[in-house]
Amino acid sequence: MTAASDSLGQPVDLREPGGWRRSKNQIMTVLMWLAFVIVLIPLGFVLVTLVAKGADAISWQFLTNSTIPPNVVPLGVGGMGAAVVGTLEITGFATVLAVPLGVLGAIYLNEYGGNGILARLISFMSSVMTGVPSIVMGLFIYIIWVLHFGYSGMAGSFALACLMLPIVIRSSYEMLRLVPNSLREGSYALGATKARVTLTVVLPAALSGIVSGALLAVARAAGETAPLIFTILTVEQTNPNLFSGPDTSLPLQIFSNAQSAYTGANARAWGAALTLVAITFILMIVARIITALFTRNTR
Amino acid sequence: MSTVTKADPATPAGSASPLHHRRPLGDRGFQILALSAGLLVLVILVLITVTTAQQSTTWFSGGFKDIFQVAFDGNTRFGAMGVLYGTVVSSAIGIIIGVPVSVGIALLLTQVVPARWARPFVYVIDLLAVVPSVVWGLWGIIVLVPWLQKIYLDIASGVNGIPVLDSLFGGPNVTGASFFTAGLILAIMITPIITSLSREVIATVPTIDKEGAYALGATRWEMIRGAVWPHSKGGVTGSVLVGFGRALGETIAVALVIGDSVEVTPHLFYSGHSIAAIIALQFGEANGGEFRSALIGLGLFLFVLTILVNLVARWFVERSARRARGD
Repeated sequence: MTAASDSLGQPVDLREPGGWRRSKNQIMTVLMWLAFVIVLIPLGFVLVTLVAKGADAISWQFLTNSTIPPNVVPLGVGGMGAAVVGTLEITGFATVLAVPLGVLGAIYLNEYGGNGILARLISFMSSVMTGVPSIVMGLFIYIIWVLHFGYSGMAGSFALACLMLPIVIRSSYEMLRLVPNSLREGSYALGATKARVTLTVVLPAALSGIVSGALLAVARAAGETAPLIFTILTVEQTNPNLFSGPDTSLPLQIFSNAQSAYTGANARAWGAALTLVAITFILMIVARIITALFTRNTR
Repeated sequence: MSTVTKADPATPAGSASPLHHRRPLGDRGFQILALSAGLLVLVILVLITVTTAQQSTTWFSGGFKDIFQVAFDGNTRFGAMGVLYGTVVSSAIGIIIGVPVSVGIALLLTQVVPARWARPFVYVIDLLAVVPSVVWGLWGIIVLVPWLQKIYLDIASGVNGIPVLDSLFGGPNVTGASFFTAGLILAIMITPIITSLSREVIATVPTIDKEGAYALGATRWEMIRGAVWPHSKGGVTGSVLVGFGRALGETIAVALVIGDSVEVTPHLFYSGHSIAAIIALQFGEANGGEFRSALIGLGLFLFVLTILVNLVARWFVERSARRARGD
């Protein structure tokens, strides 16, 4: 770019051979790399600690035993089975609620709303809504649901669904925008209605992108603690009924066990944390694989 | 569908024609369904404001004197200023540490590392976002806090007697779980979002601007200063504000490492509290009455604060995206 060629076609560097400008450039490049390394330190530190301490705690019994023991009890008695079941149930139901609604919302924005004021407002507010603290969603569901119907796993799902909704809308919207207009026009030319075009042509074309975006939203929701504090309370036994009675989840158990002074509780917190991170990592890797397949197909 | 085949070819579908009224019911139904899903976003935002305001009237009716005091003891005093101070200070520390790092990484991934090598780097940064808040908190309280406590004590004895530094980093009550520790954890947690938003903005800088800068003999840094920065400063500002909004609302990690004591003090190594953290930690103990009303009121306060920050942030981001598209 900055090189020219001499008569022999050899590149000649026209920049000053040294001096402050080039040193400054080099210093800045080093600083940019340093920024990356600085981030690697806590990431590596937390992952190593997590795996080292978590692996000690995790066993088949830890993952499946349905009684969470009191804090004073050392590791080896009981397990986090109740929390694993709770997390899967609550996050699963939240996904069932938020993903269809989010995709529908994105369909409205891209297929129906056009450049209208309402569509622009919804689009803008959904990106603003991604910044609403998760704890506020918890308080909101507490007020409109828990105060009337009591604590339940489902209330937790509602709070997580509120959190996921704008994320799913945004990511699905970006994917729908990538679907070429010629596909839509081709289907209209065959006489299909708009709903049919959207559901059978546009949505399948964007599906893998939408799925990977939704999985990232699920991964984020699975690790959320704050919205669950006011919606599911906490229990020590597996609650098989998602729709009534207090429930528990891995993030909540980590939160309460982390504050404990007992080593048994701390060890259980690390075990639960490794389990939770494993679940979110698996979701993220699946999302990445789907995205990679998707980008290869469109090329 | 049969109606469409009989249609007058002179009035194509989608134009204002009698066809419009004969759209199948399912088609109309689907449109209404999609519209209601979109409206749900607005409905939720309005409902959050209304319901939290209703539930916190007891607290607000106490008047400004009660709300704008520092102390929050869960008994008779329910002030917002102490926790607000902690929220803002810890978030500000997070921003001061997190922004140079995030923008540095964004520049590294867009301007230094070749595009085809950037992907693994992006994955590594995204890993930070996938580690849940509560896991950062767990690591913070069990590993980081005891370790930082020693460093803080060393720093505190080092700055003892130096005018400004002593009141910031010194003092007798220096402890591991503090404003600064919360700020450090927040810096780590907001790095992925600022990096990814800034990266998107910086990626829209026209190649011709960059090549123009190089053609004038600029070094890479001079190109970044002269071509990339003027083009993307608005978008990067927006990304930073989005990160700030995240930091303000971050709950669990902060609750575990900030130290659980409501204080307004310039000492950054002292224990403090934040709005989100106090709601999370004390809601269980707040059985009815003014206490619960105050915590919900603080939630409304936090909601309005983050909405305002995000409105400004998104306005910056969208404006720079529009400019990049050239309309």
